[in-house]
Amino acid sequence: MSGEATTTPAGPGEAAEPGAAGGTPMVEIRGLRKSFGPVEVLRGIDLDVAGGEVVCVIGPSGSGKSTLLRCVNLLEEPTAGRVRIAGTEVTDPECDIDAVRRRIGMVFQQFNLFPHLSAQDNVAIAPRKVLRRPKHEAARIAREHLGRVGLGDRAGAYPAQLSGGQQQRVAIARALAMGPAVMLFDEPTSALDPELVGDVLGVMRKLALDGMTMLVVTHEMSFARDVADRVVFMDDGVIVEQGPPAKLIGDPSHDRTRAFLSRVLHPTATATQDGS
Amino acid sequence: MSVSGTTETSRPSEAPRRRLTRRQRHRLVLGGEYTVFLAVLLALVLLADWGTVRLNLANWDVAKQLFPDIITVGLRNTVLYTLLAYAFGLVVGVIVAMMRLSSVPPYRWFAMAFVEIFRGLPALLIIIFVGFGIPFAFSIEIPGGVVGQITLALGMVAAGYMAETVRAGIEAVPRGQLEAARSLGMSYGRAMRSIIIPQAFRIIIPPLTNELILLFKDSSLVLFLAVTLEQRELTKFGRDLTGQVGNTTPIVVAGLCYLLITIPLGYLVRRLEARQRRGLR
Repeated sequence: MSGEATTTPAGPGEAAEPGAAGGTPMVEIRGLRKSFGPVEVLRGIDLDVAGGEVVCVIGPSGSGKSTLLRCVNLLEEPTAGRVRIAGTEVTDPECDIDAVRRRIGMVFQQFNLFPHLSAQDNVAIAPRKVLRRPKHEAARIAREHLGRVGLGDRAGAYPAQLSGGQQQRVAIARALAMGPAVMLFDEPTSALDPELVGDVLGVMRKLALDGMTMLVVTHEMSFARDVADRVVFMDDGVIVEQGPPAKLIGDPSHDRTRAFLSRVLHPTATATQDGS
Repeated sequence: MSVSGTTETSRPSEAPRRRLTRRQRHRLVLGGEYTVFLAVLLALVLLADWGTVRLNLANWDVAKQLFPDIITVGLRNTVLYTLLAYAFGLVVGVIVAMMRLSSVPPYRWFAMAFVEIFRGLPALLIIIFVGFGIPFAFSIEIPGGVVGQITLALGMVAAGYMAETVRAGIEAVPRGQLEAARSLGMSYGRAMRSIIIPQAFRIIIPPLTNELILLFKDSSLVLFLAVTLEQRELTKFGRDLTGQVGNTTPIVVAGLCYLLITIPLGYLVRRLEARQRRGLR
């Protein structure tokens, strides 16, 4: 895969590509609004993610975190506002969204692996059908990325034969195989049994160390604290505050942030407080 | 069958000997059912005119004359017409299903009308319409002669049902599958072809096999078309020979030929459904 000028299928740590250079943010969100019928879920979001930066989005359920993420690769059509990826405006009606999505990996809460394909074919199908790689090369890319998430030995297994944690790691490999410039994670560990969460977070941690640009919606505060360069707190469709994890999680300046964090970090304590 | 009269009045502790145990009651019911069964069977054996049955329905000499033509002409053509119509119906059915799911309203309207018409009309009427109505009205020949007419008519009947089955299968694939495919940069058409439709077909293999059985039987309706001797399928073959030899045995043998195909297919459907319930792929 060396020497490819465009959409390179992915050695580790290739996040800093030409579009990201020169101060242009990898992800640039301006005035983003999204309504579902009469309900306005996003009420004017401005957010930048620089190349190589890891941004975690936290907030109560229903605050619009997932919708924000889904607007970045246009799985949801924004009602108003602009989204740019490495300088390309995806909200422009003239934009070739399929081409941009090749550069944006996405990992879903429910994994969404293709159940009729083996782990290897799950990872290989997009390089084959979208990037038009020859079959054997797509298979090699798939094995390489499965190895990267620690599943080199499960290439032939079908999703139903894998644990939730393994499935989610295959899903990460599937996204990485397209050589994305940015990765979106939509509560990647929320559907997992607690003992399987660590494996998935470990893979994401490694990815962050390799320099991948990541926008992560998560409830894992320890991951946000340890891995994120910046944490964004959302509530009720707006960004309430953002900052370095130590500051935002350790010493939030906003009441709503404080209330949310105390609920998440000390759930039992809050319950007794409410009860008294 | 019921012995509840005694149980209601008697207290459990008072009269244990008069009460039937559950096992005794079960035996009594079973015994009664077998008695009725054997009585009906005996009446049938004694009252039936076995000589006539043997002579007219299961006449071995007549049956022997039917072979090998009933297989090489009758069964062969039945299978041929069924498969041609099925293939035609499947292609049209998938196209109509995609139109039904289109975001362009006129396509949806057309697909809904198509399904209502071909599912709502009797197969025989469509066969007569294609075989006689269209050639009569427009003075044109349908390409492929009688076989072409059969494929078109039976195929449209099958397409009406299969369009709905395919649509249901596509809608049964979880929404996240399309989102995952699109997020990898696949176009809508590519995602449909590589991800959604293969899964939809796994879901609908049992109903599609059922449709094959139905079509196999409906192929008998082409006996109303102007087929040549070599183009006769099982039912017409059986009916013609019954007329020729003055004996009902050919119809019985033709019926057995149908069962030869439909029973294994029915078994296959049950196997596929059981496998699907177990969630194996």
